[in-house]
Amino acid sequence: MAKMTYIKAITSGLDQVLSDDPKTLIFGEDVGKNGGVFRTTVGLQDKYGEDRVFDTPLAESGILGLAIGLSLTGWRPIPEIQFMGFTFEAMDGIVGQLARDHYRFGGQKNFPVTVRTPFGGGTHTAEMHADNLENYFTSTPGLRVVTPANPYDAKGMIISAVESDDPVLFMENLKLYRSMKAEVPDEKYTVPLDSAKVVREGTDITIVAYSAEVNESLKASDALAKDNISAEVIDLRSLSPIDTDTIFASIDKTHKVVIVQEAQRMAGVGATVAADIAEEKIMSLDAPIGRVAAPDSVYPFAQAENDWIPNADDVEAKAREIFNY
Amino acid sequence: MANGSKQIVDFAKIKATMADPYKHPVQVIDREGTVVDPEILAKYSDDQLVDFMKKMVWERTLHEQTMNFSRQGRLGFYAPTAGEEASEMGSVTAFKEQDFLLPAYRDLPQMIQHGTTVAKGFLWSKGHVEGSQHPNPNMIFPQIIIGAQYVETAGVALGIKKNKDEDRVAFAYTGDGGTSQGDWYEGVNFASAFQAPAVFFVQNNGWAISVPRYKQTAAETLAQKAVAMGVPSVQVDGMDIVAVHEVAKAARDFAVAGNGPVVIETLTYRYGAHSSAGDDPSRYRTKEEEKPWFDADPLIRLRKVLTDKGVWSQDQEDKLVASYKDDFKQAMKEAEAAPAQKVSDFLKWTYNVPTPAVKKQIAEFEAKESK
Repeated sequence: MAKMTYIKAITSGLDQVLSDDPKTLIFGEDVGKNGGVFRTTVGLQDKYGEDRVFDTPLAESGILGLAIGLSLTGWRPIPEIQFMGFTFEAMDGIVGQLARDHYRFGGQKNFPVTVRTPFGGGTHTAEMHADNLENYFTSTPGLRVVTPANPYDAKGMIISAVESDDPVLFMENLKLYRSMKAEVPDEKYTVPLDSAKVVREGTDITIVAYSAEVNESLKASDALAKDNISAEVIDLRSLSPIDTDTIFASIDKTHKVVIVQEAQRMAGVGATVAADIAEEKIMSLDAPIGRVAAPDSVYPFAQAENDWIPNADDVEAKAREIFNY
Repeated sequence: MANGSKQIVDFAKIKATMADPYKHPVQVIDREGTVVDPEILAKYSDDQLVDFMKKMVWERTLHEQTMNFSRQGRLGFYAPTAGEEASEMGSVTAFKEQDFLLPAYRDLPQMIQHGTTVAKGFLWSKGHVEGSQHPNPNMIFPQIIIGAQYVETAGVALGIKKNKDEDRVAFAYTGDGGTSQGDWYEGVNFASAFQAPAVFFVQNNGWAISVPRYKQTAAETLAQKAVAMGVPSVQVDGMDIVAVHEVAKAARDFAVAGNGPVVIETLTYRYGAHSSAGDDPSRYRTKEEEKPWFDADPLIRLRKVLTDKGVWSQDQEDKLVASYKDDFKQAMKEAEAAPAQKVSDFLKWTYNVPTPAVKKQIAEFEAKESK
């Protein structure tokens, strides 16, 4: 067991799957010699060779076409899309083709593709490099969408994603890459792809969050605890499907809920969670469902970023409002 | 202003000559049925040529029968193929069963030749998933998103190379309109960058629904686009089955030998509408334009060669047409006998491991469907 950053944990997971299965392939822009622009694949080409870890021409739709074609010839592709904003160039590949292909073959062929892509804001990147585009993909049947919020889950979930016979969009949070360290086992382990996790138990209010907002929610719960408000924090981990059982069990205990997302409010993951809760658990609630989200503007790269992204204060304020309702 | 008249670069000259290598499409039998390359034709036995003729009669009959079925409302979306028999049958017969076919929607005839059944083709048209479960697994369904099959072809070809399958290639089809897609360039370029064994066909039939070929690009030929990707290419008379077959075979040999991909532009013509769903070509093209192409018909010219050789007769052809029609009617009966497609089936195939929400929806639909 060693302390590892989130990004090192992903590298360690990729190392594991490359070593476990000779059919796994990592490819994308700059993933080879350079080890990725964030160094997520650093050292892997040296260790596994250019046949297994390789650079592609600079074209995202081509990268997805490659992934689908390689699946058709028995490979297990792990393409990287360098920034999530670039997935628009691969939208037909991911949404139009990959997500539908298992159905289109009547279940006869699997497309075990894991598309890795960094997302999220707060790191002052160039325009189009920080984005929260998950809602484009969570409305796509046939595709699993997951995002870890800590190093332990990052390693366990990347291994599960690659081992999954369904296509997975694996979203890596840019801000978390190097901002947090945690104990991560050296040996192989997996974390399920379709279950949320209660990361802090509480009794007064449930806070549902994912990715970097889990940390903000934990900070908010620390502040609430000072006033004896006991918040239970749930990390969704999987955005499609959503583990409603874990959320419902928590609401049955707390009867109050706030949903937090870094993405814009409109048509987001939070809206889906809120609708699920409203359908099944409205009679268990003592207060309206609270939502914390970024405003419905385009993503403000660099300057206004930190004012735009919801933080612990926003979560705390909303939780107090719902708690005191 | 500089003195002197010397130009550092002569763009006008470059533009005027860049299509020069493509001025003479490959041809073996011309539109009059005259053999213009007897040396190539001599490579083919009478039996082989008769087999080509049978395949073209088969495809023409399939076209006519499917248009009847469409009028009767017994098919879904179907793309007519009349006029493209030499391009389609000449090319697909150059490949082996283990080669991987990535077709577009006008390529059901090649799929059937490559190892699926006519009934499966009809099921696909009718929106039944069984239509994508082929006896020969080395093909995908007809691609609807123009160009998507090209990027996937690069992936299949790279997979073949990585698997060290020595006698195997990926081959794909699109039309003239398809060459305008970004995916077209990405697919050919990826295959080239990886020197992967792929053969890309562009069936230039003159029309992308109602948009004529000349509006797609100012390039004089579509074949020359491959040059930019470092890929050798050729234009072939797409109404001449021997020429198409010979070129396709050479392309396969080249790719299998590890030389990377090839692009082949076949010059052909779509006699009918874009699809059976009823666009009307008289809205956008004239009888005067159509006539020379109808006169260049691939069946007419091979029929003449074979009749001159004394190995083909009208009586023989009529009997074949009748027997093919019976086959197609039988295939339609088979397609119509397939169990109706259920929503619960769609749900079951959406994921390899269904999500909890999908599991719940499967149960809901199964309950409805059992009533």
